[in-house]
Amino acid sequence: MKLKYILPIICIVILSMSCSTDDDDTPQTIDEIAELKKIQDITTNEHTIELYSKSGVFKTGYNEVFIRIKNNTEQSYFENANIAWTPMMQMPSMLHSSPHSTISKVSNKKTLYTGSVVYQMTNTDGSGWSLTLNYSINGMEYSATETINVMQSAKQNVTSFMGSDDTRYIIALIEPLDPSIGINDITVGLYKMESMMSFPVVENYTIMLDPRMPGMGNHSSPNNTDLSFNSSDTMYHGDLSLTMTGYWVLNLKLLNTSDTVLKGEDVTESNEKSSLYLELEF
Amino acid sequence: MKHLIIVVASVLFGHTLFAQNNVVTKRDTTELEKIIVVAERKLSNYRQEKTLSSVDTYLEKSNRVTMIKRGNYAWEPAINNMISDRLNVTIDGMQIFGACTDKMDPITSYVDVSNLEQVTVNSGQEGTENGHCVGGGIDLQIASSHFNESGLKTSADLGYETNGNYKMAGLDFEYSGDKLYLTTDGIYRTSDNYKAGGNEEVAYSQFKKYNLSFKGGYKLTNQQAIETNVIYDKATDVGYPALPMDVSLAEAFIASASYHYKNQSTFIKSLETKFYFNSITHIMDDSNRPDVPIRMDMPGWSDTYGFYSKMKINANKHHFLMNLNGYHNRSLAEMTMFSNSPNEPDMFMYTWPDVRTFYSGLYAKDHWQLNTFESLSFHTRLGYHLNKVANDVGLHSLQIFYPDMEDTQTRFLTSISTDYTFQKNQFNTTLGLGYGERAPSVSEGYGFFLFNSFDKYDYIGNPHLKNEKAIEVNIKSGYQFKTIKLGLESSFFHISDYIIGEIDPDISPMTIGANGVRVYQALNHASIFNVYLNAHISISKAFSFNSTIGYNYGRGSNHNNLPLIKPLSYLAEVNYGTPKFNGAIQLEGNGNQSKYSPFYGENETPAYAVLHLNFGNILYVKHNKIVFKYGIENILDTHYSTFADWNNIPRQGRNFYVNMSVIIP
Repeated sequence: MKLKYILPIICIVILSMSCSTDDDDTPQTIDEIAELKKIQDITTNEHTIELYSKSGVFKTGYNEVFIRIKNNTEQSYFENANIAWTPMMQMPSMLHSSPHSTISKVSNKKTLYTGSVVYQMTNTDGSGWSLTLNYSINGMEYSATETINVMQSAKQNVTSFMGSDDTRYIIALIEPLDPSIGINDITVGLYKMESMMSFPVVENYTIMLDPRMPGMGNHSSPNNTDLSFNSSDTMYHGDLSLTMTGYWVLNLKLLNTSDTVLKGEDVTESNEKSSLYLELEF
Repeated sequence: MKHLIIVVASVLFGHTLFAQNNVVTKRDTTELEKIIVVAERKLSNYRQEKTLSSVDTYLEKSNRVTMIKRGNYAWEPAINNMISDRLNVTIDGMQIFGACTDKMDPITSYVDVSNLEQVTVNSGQEGTENGHCVGGGIDLQIASSHFNESGLKTSADLGYETNGNYKMAGLDFEYSGDKLYLTTDGIYRTSDNYKAGGNEEVAYSQFKKYNLSFKGGYKLTNQQAIETNVIYDKATDVGYPALPMDVSLAEAFIASASYHYKNQSTFIKSLETKFYFNSITHIMDDSNRPDVPIRMDMPGWSDTYGFYSKMKINANKHHFLMNLNGYHNRSLAEMTMFSNSPNEPDMFMYTWPDVRTFYSGLYAKDHWQLNTFESLSFHTRLGYHLNKVANDVGLHSLQIFYPDMEDTQTRFLTSISTDYTFQKNQFNTTLGLGYGERAPSVSEGYGFFLFNSFDKYDYIGNPHLKNEKAIEVNIKSGYQFKTIKLGLESSFFHISDYIIGEIDPDISPMTIGANGVRVYQALNHASIFNVYLNAHISISKAFSFNSTIGYNYGRGSNHNNLPLIKPLSYLAEVNYGTPKFNGAIQLEGNGNQSKYSPFYGENETPAYAVLHLNFGNILYVKHNKIVFKYGIENILDTHYSTFADWNNIPRQGRNFYVNMSVIIP
């Protein structure tokens, strides 16, 4: 509980400190994180690994994370790091990871690296997760592990389920982060749980979309398109029509490459909701 | 005084063709259809059945006009069986547009009889003087005053009706000097729920309204004057028994300033230029309804700026009228639904996405007196019409349906018509031909999930609609044989690209309980026909008999009947009138609505007939005049509804009323 209160203070202190130092020597560096908020630092003896995102917190669902590594002695940021990471969740009976991308350098930035991670669950107090970073700088290997706080998102933006093919899948809403009335581009990540540690992207399936508004007679909206796989960003894309603001349930049906339904049902008079769905509110 | 009597007669026999013609002679013999309603403030109110009846009730007395009723207030006028979207309704030539997406605030609801001198109703393309239309035009003409040095005149009105405990009070001051006139009036009306026949209370039929107006004129020279006019109208707590929502506020502010030039000796006989502004706020909500699937608010706003400039020229046998006008309107309406689960956020959408309409056009009319018996007249209006969706969110919401839609749409609109009149001895006839176009209304073009409680469908506008085009033919004939006058009046409209909502089974309705979604589309064509026969017999100097029978027909190219087409209708009345007393007994009714339109949500309305009785007395106390009007409406307390009653809400049962006007010169 205390951390919840201390963390923002630390953030403010760090931010104000970095502000004051930036003014002195490296004003360009600060531009690289201008629109980002710090999630937390992972400190080792030599380095401080700074984790950022647009919201400044880890939440269940899809997280786009930005990372930079500071040399504690020189107070400068490395431009040539190779970073790999592993999120881990400690559950009472088992330890598992979650879908996460590789980490690459942000184009046009010198010190900033990015990757994405999907947290499919969390404990009610945000505990349970840790993050291990293995990185190399100038041929030297380093490792750092720290517990992280993952807050529960207000709406279901990720779900993990067993398909009819006896495979466990995870589906996570990536876009729209900021939905608006009209046709939104919807982007979803689909992952298969191969093992406790391996969550590869599932390719070339189809995700059928039926958005509904349960607060208003469970009506749908026109001109939605089903999501299909895009091999260049390895995500699923479709059109999501939102006719009004409010709470929407995105009912989904997952079809494999041979169009067999793996999970989800049609919404009908008697079936208000598919067993596979995501939620959205704006 | 002679004119006065003619006007009075026309009002009393407002159903007849001839009386209308008579009135018109004073102004322009070519006007085909002109119903002149004289406001209570004028002396002639003596002959009205009710001095304080609403504008709606006045309009309903006309053949061609039917009033669509959603409650006891704000009835929607229809001409030739065509409603608001196909009409052009103006106040003294000023464009003004309702702010309600559900047509709960026709323009006629924002003025009161106390503001008006007369209402001009023109059928079809004759109604295009102020704007494009297909069905016709209504111009609510504001009472004008003159520089006649009559000094101060005061009049007061009081009225009461038993049905609904309806109370009215009005006060009117008029000052007229040599160079200046000032008139101001106010009227207040309040009614509880009315009772249908059989003492059945119609819930949510109450209303309250007041209206204030001011008019001033200043004479610059003998030929020139400037005038200004302001009307403020506010209705609150208006119930709509036929609809799922009520109106907590309907407010209009209407203002204008004009310049007038008149000279009988110059080439240009008169010139009038007016600049105007009006703003309407309409707040629709369901807070008075105990049981709704979901609470919602639907406010709407409509602001219009505009001008017109009219010029009259007389040359030889020609009478020219030119009218250059333009306006800019902004229509915005939104809808907020409050979720029943407290942790869900409010749901919001734009139902009219801030639609801007810009119009500019020119009207010209020539009346050509060929000889003593014959005349020809030509009317034309050409206009440029632009719509723009100014709200991005609104545009994006419409782009869900029309991904390639752009925010701006322009149109050219044409109207042209001609008529020929022959008048000799006891016979007169007018033949008319016309072609006209109209742009889709804001709802038809840009409405977003507008729930129509009539057919229970959600309606979606269609920005790609073509102009609706109408070809019309009309005939009007009268023959007088001694004390008997016979009249025939008929029009036929062939309307191409007739705009109407078509079911789209693929779209899921938004409104809870709606049957589905209709998208505005165009039928290839539709035909509307009407015919009225009239007979008027003067039995003696005081006694007369008048009767009218009418038939209407409307059908679309999809072989479905059109909705809201009046069935066979009739009226018969016996009048007794002397200078100080008048009385009348009326029978009016409709036949069975056999040609109803189930496809557009109608059910068959059975035949009905109701009986009314009315009396009027006039008293002079010193120089003051007191006019009493009293009577019984629906004497037999018949429980009925007509084809024009939204969702078959029953009309008023028996009603005793009394109106009193005191005029202090």
